[in-house]
Amino acid sequence: MATSNLKLLGMWACPYVNRAQFALKIKSIEYEFIEENPYNRSDILVTSNPFYKKIPVLIHGDKPICESLIIVQYVDDNWATGPSTLPSDAYDRALARFWAAYISDKWYPSPKLLREAQVEDEKTPLTEKISAGLLLLEEAFVKCSKGKPYFGGDNIGYLDIVLGSSLAWLKVTEIVVGIKLLDQDKIPTLSGWADRFCSDEDVKDVLPETEKLLELHEKIQAFVRDGSK
Amino acid sequence: MADEVILLDFYCSMFGMRVRIALAEKGIEYEYKEEENLLDNKSSLLLEMNPVHKKIPVLIHNGKPVCESLIIVQYIDEVWKDNNSPILLPSDPYKRAQARFWADFVDKKLYDAGRRIWKEKGEEQEATKKDLIETLKLLEGELGDEPYFGGDNFGFLDVALIAYYSWFHAYETCGNFSIEEHCPKLIAWAKRCMEKESVSKSLADPNKVYDFVLILKKKYGVE
Repeated sequence: MATSNLKLLGMWACPYVNRAQFALKIKSIEYEFIEENPYNRSDILVTSNPFYKKIPVLIHGDKPICESLIIVQYVDDNWATGPSTLPSDAYDRALARFWAAYISDKWYPSPKLLREAQVEDEKTPLTEKISAGLLLLEEAFVKCSKGKPYFGGDNIGYLDIVLGSSLAWLKVTEIVVGIKLLDQDKIPTLSGWADRFCSDEDVKDVLPETEKLLELHEKIQAFVRDGSK
Repeated sequence: MADEVILLDFYCSMFGMRVRIALAEKGIEYEYKEEENLLDNKSSLLLEMNPVHKKIPVLIHNGKPVCESLIIVQYIDEVWKDNNSPILLPSDPYKRAQARFWADFVDKKLYDAGRRIWKEKGEEQEATKKDLIETLKLLEGELGDEPYFGGDNFGFLDVALIAYYSWFHAYETCGNFSIEEHCPKLIAWAKRCMEKESVSKSLADPNKVYDFVLILKKKYGVE
C-alpha cells in the first residue's frame, strides 16, 4: 500500500497519537506521519476533524478516522496482517473495551493533573486516585492476561496499547512530583507488565523518551508561568 | 445449554433502553430486573456485577457481567450473529468507525447538554439549548437523506441515538422549546424508528421520563 495513501496527523509527545502509532507498528503498516503544532492547527486537521479539531486523525485515502480508540479498532478491522489487537472471544473483547473506557475516561487525566498541580493540597487526592486506579488495573491485568505476559495474552493487544501509551508521561509525573506511582512493591504484576511493554521492540520505536518529555514539560510550565505574570 | 440473560436496568435510563432495543432486535429472551431505588439504594447484585462504576445497565450473560451500554450493544451484536437477526454494526471497517465515532459523539455532547438543561435557568440554559440544538443539527446532517443512520437498515448508531428520543419531551418542557422546529428531519427519523416494535416496546414513556426529571430536580434542589 502506497505510504501517501495513509497519513497520521499527530504530535510525537501525545499519548493518544502514540496509541495509533502502536496499532500501525504492530501490524507493520507504513504511513506518513504529519507533525502537528498543537498551538497552530493546520488546515488539514481542521478539515478532517471539524468536530473536535484534535489529533490523532488517521486519513486513509480521503477518509478521516478520529478518536484514538476508534483508530486502533479501525486498524484492527481493516488490516488482517499480524495478530488481531482485540481478543477473539466476544466476552474478552467486551472486557477489553470496558477497561479501555475506564482507563481513558476515569484514570488517564489524573497523571497530567498531578504533574501540573501547583498546590500541595491538590496533589494528595490525585496521587490517591492514580494509585487506586492502578490497583484496579492490576486486578484487571490478572483477569485479562490469564497468566500471559500482556493484557492481550502472548502479544501486545488493545488494552496494552491503551494503558501502555500513558507510561512515558507517567514516568515524567513520578519525576516531577517525586513519588513512585507504579510501585513494584504495591503493584508488582502491573509493574512487571510495564517493564515488558516498554522493552518491546515495536514499542521502543514509538514511545517517547522520558528525558525529551521532561524537557517539553518544563518548557510548557515555563510558558504557562510567563503567561500568567 | 440455554443461555441465561439478565438485564439490570432502570426504566427511564436511555442507556438501558439501548440494550433493551438491541436484545429485542436480536430476538433474545431475557429477565429484566429493575433497580427500583437506583438513586438512593443500589442493589447488592448491581454492586457485585459492576463494582467499578456501580451503574446500570449491566447485562449478565450466563453469570458473567458486561457493562457500559455501547459495549453491551456490541457484545450482543457479536454473540448473537448467527440466528438470522439483523446485524447492527456495519461490516465495512470505515462505516464501522464512523458509527462508533458518532455514537461516542452523542454521549459526549448530547448527554452533557441534556443533563444541564433541567438544572439551569436564564442565560445559562439558553446557551445549553443552543448547544443541544447544534448537536442535533450535526446529527441530522450525518443522517442526510437515508432512512436510518445505518443506511437502509436500522443499525448501531440508530440504537445509540433513538434512546434519547424518550428524553426529548423532558428537554423541551424544561427548556421551553421545540426540537422538531429546529430538526424536523431528525424527528421524522425518530418517528420512523418508533414504528419498529423493538424500539416502541423498549423506550420509556416520555411523560414518565419527565416525572423522573422532576424527582431529580427536587433531589438536587433545582426549582
